[in-house]
Order: sequence, then structure tokens, then C-alpha cells
Amino acid sequence: MRNLAAILFTGGLGFLLLVIASQLDFGHPPMVVGQEILDVAGDQVGAANIVTSVLLAYRGIDTLGELSILFAAATAAGLVLGHRHGDAPSDPEGGFILRAGADLLFPLLLVVGFYIILHGHLTPGGGFQGGVILAAAFFVGVLGRPAKGLNHDVISVIEGLAGAAFIGIGLWALFLEGEFLKPMLDKGTLGDLISAGTLPLLSLALGLKVGSELAGLMTSLSDTEAREP
Amino acid sequence: MIDLNFVTVLYVGAIGLLVIGAVGLVMCNNVFRMVLALVLAEAGVNLLLILAGYRGDAAAPILGFGPEGAQMVDPVPQVLVLTAIVIGVGVQALAVAVLVRVFHAYGTLDMRELKAHFEFELAAEKTTEPPRSTEEPAGGRPLSPVPPRPHPGEARS
Repeated sequence: MRNLAAILFTGGLGFLLLVIASQLDFGHPPMVVGQEILDVAGDQVGAANIVTSVLLAYRGIDTLGELSILFAAATAAGLVLGHRHGDAPSDPEGGFILRAGADLLFPLLLVVGFYIILHGHLTPGGGFQGGVILAAAFFVGVLGRPAKGLNHDVISVIEGLAGAAFIGIGLWALFLEGEFLKPMLDKGTLGDLISAGTLPLLSLALGLKVGSELAGLMTSLSDTEAREP
Repeated sequence: MIDLNFVTVLYVGAIGLLVIGAVGLVMCNNVFRMVLALVLAEAGVNLLLILAGYRGDAAAPILGFGPEGAQMVDPVPQVLVLTAIVIGVGVQALAVAVLVRVFHAYGTLDMRELKAHFEFELAAEKTTEPPRSTEEPAGGRPLSPVPPRPHPGEARS
């Protein structure tokens, strides 16, 4: 009975969505906001990557809200998993290849992560993507040597400072320009590394915040004590 | 009439992922598989959103990247999907964290066994009999009654 209802429901859902999709004029989106943003974003924000312009300038406060969701999820996961006891056994150390690979990958991932964060206003990428790569850089090391772990205090400090920097830049804009998170400073030349005003700074804060958040989340998941037999 | 072309394949793929995820969410008994089904459904929704902003013969929304004067795709759905992916990661991590605790406490991730455990514990709290169905099971094999076990919090402190 339950399976039949499930199949009926999902079949109906799929049919409904397909009918809606078949009515759409594919390739000619009816949204006018996107076109408007495409027309004015280059002059208003000065970032070559319009996705970053929307993310950090037009929808900056949504990004802040999303950061708080991520923070809430990470905090809740840490709360649910709890601290490990000092004498609890940890996972055995990874093999030679995993450890050597982790050491080798760490600087490369760090460079790629910061590159993607700092070029977020020029090329595809930005705070979120680069932050995830930074988190991966630190987590690979934890996979290789689970006993060493990551220092949660340092992670919390980085996380707090990055979040405070994001809000601080927003408040700075609020006092000087009258709008929260309004892009400020010299826009520079379109396509230069130092351009688009405060966007690279916001991107850096976002990347560090996301990176430390995810690194803390993954280490607290991998730190969990094994189940007692 | 829908003709089978590239566009149809795109839409059917995205909606298919969403439907597979929804089916898994309802029909799976293992809680971890339900989380995986949620991930699938999320991927389908993200694909649908990206498709909504697609524009034929258009470049990526980066100034000075595509050919001069070319149209660009709608950036707003891309930003929405970017945020949705990160939110999805947070939700999945939290769900997995809860699953880890549930597995520690009950030693199973089967939805039916978990439900039996919960009902048994609730009845023990209320000092009543655990609820039993008076009817024959409609489908599937009946579960064996849950044996009494110590409170999960006592074993570890």
C-alpha cells in the first residue's frame, strides 16, 4: 500500500514537472532580472564574473544568511557528535601511499584553494568553491593521520574572525554608503586582480569561513568514537 | 508533442533524478539510503534550476570571457544553485551526524527496527504495553519482537 502510494505520488510529480517543462520555451528564460543584472553589473560592481557580483553584491545579505545556516549545521553536528574521550582509540594510521600523498597534496591544494578564492571576481570560482578545496587540503592530512587530527581551537578562531570580517565589511559599507554590504572602494580596471573594490575581501572572508567550517565538520565526523561492540 | 531531442533528454534527466530521489526517500527502509536519496533529489533540483537559466548559443556570465557582444546565460539561477549546493552539504553532514549517533545508540539503521525500538522505549517510559497491531501484516514479513535492552545512555558515560 505504502509502495503503491509512493509510486503514484512520485509518478504524478514527475509527470507534473515534465508537463511544466514541456510548456517552457527552452533557451529563452522568461526572467528579466538576470538580463538586467547582466546589463548593469559590469559598471555597478566592476567584477568580471557576474555570478560573484550577484553572490556578494546584489545578494550579499543572502550569502550572509547562508553562512549562518552553514554555521548552524556545523555547530549542531558538533553538538550531536560530542567530544571524544581522551583515551578513546582512534583509527589506525593510513598506509604509506595515503600519508605521502596527503603531504604532497597539501601545499598544492592550499595554493589552488587560495587561487580560486582570490580570483573569484575574475574567473569561475569564488569563496565557496575555494573554501571547499581548502577544507579538503586539511582533511586529506586527517585521513592520512587520524590520530593527529586538527586543532579545533584554531579552526574556531579562523572561522570566527572570517565571519566577523564579512559582517565588519558589511557594517563599514553601512556607515559609509548607507547600505549593508554595498560594494565600496575603487573599482579598478575590469579584469585586474585588484579590482571590484571590496569583493575580493568578501570573497576571502567567505572562503576562509566556508573552509574552516567544512574542515571542522569533517574532522568532527571522522573524530567520532567507534561504536562499542 | 514532446520530440526526443537534446532538450528532452536534459529535462528528463533532471526530473528523473528528482523522481528517483523522491521514490528512494519514501520506499527505502535504511535511513542512510534515505539520506542518499535526498542527495539525488537535490541534484535533480539543482539541474532543473540551472536548466531554467539556460540560453541557447550564450556564453558563461563572465565579462570579457566569451566572444564580443555575445549573449550570456542568466546568472541568478547559477548563484541560487551555488548556495543550494553548500546548504545541501551542511544538511547532509548534519543528517549523517545524527545517523552516527542513532547507530551508536541502537546498532541499526533500519527504519522499521528503529520504530519498534522507539515504541518499545516510549511504552517503557509510560509503563504500558508496547503497541501491537491486531491485524495481520499487509505485506512484507513481520518483524520479530524487539528484545528489551539497557538504556543506550548507560553503557557509555
